[in-house]
Amino acid sequence: MNESRNTLQKVEAGLPGRRRRETMFKLAGLLATTVGIVFLGVFFADLIAKGSSAFVQTQVRLDVEFDAQVIAPGGEMDIAYADFDGLVRASLRGVFPDVSGRNERRELYRLVSVGAGYQLRDMIVADPNLLGTTQAIWVPAASTVDMYVKGNIDASLDESLRPLSDAQIAWVDALRAAGNLQTQFNSALFSNGDSRDPELAGIRGALMGSFYMLIVTVMLAFPIGVAAAIYLEEFAPRNRWSDLIEVNINNLAAVPSIVFGLLGLAVFINWVALPRSAPLVGGLVLSLLTLPVIIIASRAAIKAVPPSIREAALGLGASQMQVVFHHVLPLALPGMLTGTIIGMSRALGESAPLLMIGMVAFIVDVPGGFSDPATALPVQIYLWADSPERAFAERTSAAIIVLLGFLLVMNLAAVIIRKRMERKW
Amino acid sequence: MARMTESNSSDEQPPSMELDAETEVPTEAAVAANGAQLALAEEQIVDIGETVGNVRCEDPYVVAENVNVFYGDNHAIKDVTLEISKKEVIALIGPSGCGKSTFLRCLNRMNDSIETARVSGDISLGGQDIYSKEFDPVALRARVGMVFQKPNPFPKSIYDNVAYGPRIHGLANDRAELDEIVHNSLERAGLLKEVKDRMDEPGTGLSGGQQQRLCIARTIAVNPEVILMDEPCSALDPIATARIEDLMDELSEDYAIVIVTHSMQQAARVSGRVAYFHLGLLVEVDETDKIFTNPQHKLTEDYITGRIG
Repeated sequence: MNESRNTLQKVEAGLPGRRRRETMFKLAGLLATTVGIVFLGVFFADLIAKGSSAFVQTQVRLDVEFDAQVIAPGGEMDIAYADFDGLVRASLRGVFPDVSGRNERRELYRLVSVGAGYQLRDMIVADPNLLGTTQAIWVPAASTVDMYVKGNIDASLDESLRPLSDAQIAWVDALRAAGNLQTQFNSALFSNGDSRDPELAGIRGALMGSFYMLIVTVMLAFPIGVAAAIYLEEFAPRNRWSDLIEVNINNLAAVPSIVFGLLGLAVFINWVALPRSAPLVGGLVLSLLTLPVIIIASRAAIKAVPPSIREAALGLGASQMQVVFHHVLPLALPGMLTGTIIGMSRALGESAPLLMIGMVAFIVDVPGGFSDPATALPVQIYLWADSPERAFAERTSAAIIVLLGFLLVMNLAAVIIRKRMERKW
Repeated sequence: MARMTESNSSDEQPPSMELDAETEVPTEAAVAANGAQLALAEEQIVDIGETVGNVRCEDPYVVAENVNVFYGDNHAIKDVTLEISKKEVIALIGPSGCGKSTFLRCLNRMNDSIETARVSGDISLGGQDIYSKEFDPVALRARVGMVFQKPNPFPKSIYDNVAYGPRIHGLANDRAELDEIVHNSLERAGLLKEVKDRMDEPGTGLSGGQQQRLCIARTIAVNPEVILMDEPCSALDPIATARIEDLMDELSEDYAIVIVTHSMQQAARVSGRVAYFHLGLLVEVDETDKIFTNPQHKLTEDYITGRIG
């Protein structure tokens, strides 16, 4: 009796300490989580604040006369010689007839993007009937104008400290007052490749490059990774060799990605002589990079299949192969797919190895295949972040938002697949 | 028998082999019994001697001669000889880690999948050596089915669970034949009434007892000659257990049944013969009545009277 009371006293004496430690631990965990969430929130808020304005672009409305004299001087239209920029200039002069003098006019012309001429050319090629008519069309404003309209250029600064002169600001204000200047959805961002001119630069080239690369990666890494995992888990004998392989797969997963880039440069480009800057090579390198991740995830998924299912199938007389393909694989597939998607999203965000294989080049054309020169979304972000123009800063943020959007979608897909296909046993 | 001086604890089985349900709190009696067991083990170890009773039977079908099993360095089964005839129920009993499950799994070569396991001696099925190179374990397991301790239906529909065996072995020529096999197997396993309206529902959704009967239906769908049962009722409640026992009774008309059980009452109810294993040795084999009323060996007597195990 005495003894049990003694126990009780001892337990009670220790209780406050235990409760205190538990509270402290909970608080520490809460603090850590809060700090993480705050940082993430700051990051996203900053990104959206900086990048969201890139999704709209200032456009200028011009009444352009498709002058037959300029476009088709001999009656026959010759795109190569037609002076479309001249048409743009003429219509600008029409809006501001008072502007005279070579320098002033040159300043005036700089309000509109150099892409305006190309836009007119594309219109007339698409519809030759426009010849001789006058059309009101929206053309992109120059990036400096765009920056001013978005409030990124302070008009109160001294003229020498800003890219727009007093006269240019006056013209822009006049255009805006007349309703001939407004911000519209920036479709160029999604339909154009890279450009030296921010208002014409888009992420389509990088997106397509990333897309082709991921196709190559998933086609190679998923089947090879799953096959390797199945072999290692189900068929390989357990000995020193398989231990060595296992250790090395785990090591490979930890190898810095730039090393894989060097490998790709030495093997795929230098030795196999595959084209430089091609998504094919990028995909090959990224599949090497993701293979260990997929193998490890797939092996874990296979290991998680209860042995009782294997025994049940073996006991019925299923061969090892039938056990694997009829029972183990269907149950392990959600885990394998999740691992693959995680690996793919890592590959999508990878830039270092691509630098080594020439995917960092300035490429204007949108790639149309696996061997066309291309760049990738993260590399595009790197390139734009390096550009001095103010307008590229917001495009960098916009490209990051798009990249994060894709990663979010992929991770969401992984979660949904896991939840949907997960079976109880 | 000098090698028998190894201690009790070194006779452990690999973890996957015997998932024992013995989690009860050790009572004073149990502790005492355990002490008695140790004492017994030490004093009797030298004179376990040859298997007593009768390891032979009339019209033997499964014959094990001098079977030894090693898990690495662990000698799990020692020189076991046992004959099993075509239409009988034989129960393997004995304390945990005595090798009865290991012996059972030798009969359909389920130990093949354990890498460290090594089997020596001869086991034949209908006169054919099942461990010979020419004998394919896939064919063997079609003839020697197995029901496991924990019900383990596939995470597939009830129909597909039963149809799986016939499908992989190509036993049915068309869908109608397969339907018939599934139907008959479920009927023989006494499950048809309960599941005939929900054949497409997952087998894992059934109750524990139903799941185990589904596993039995799945086994007999392949039409084996021998059915091995590894403590088939240890995860079931008494009512489900009673149904499985009734089922075994019916099935014994067509199949040889080898059952491992920890319940001596169950062994007494369902089996015609009983084999008592101790520390990897087959101690005594005889008619069930004889074992339980008049055991010849002291260890058997101690076990069935509750002084061991």
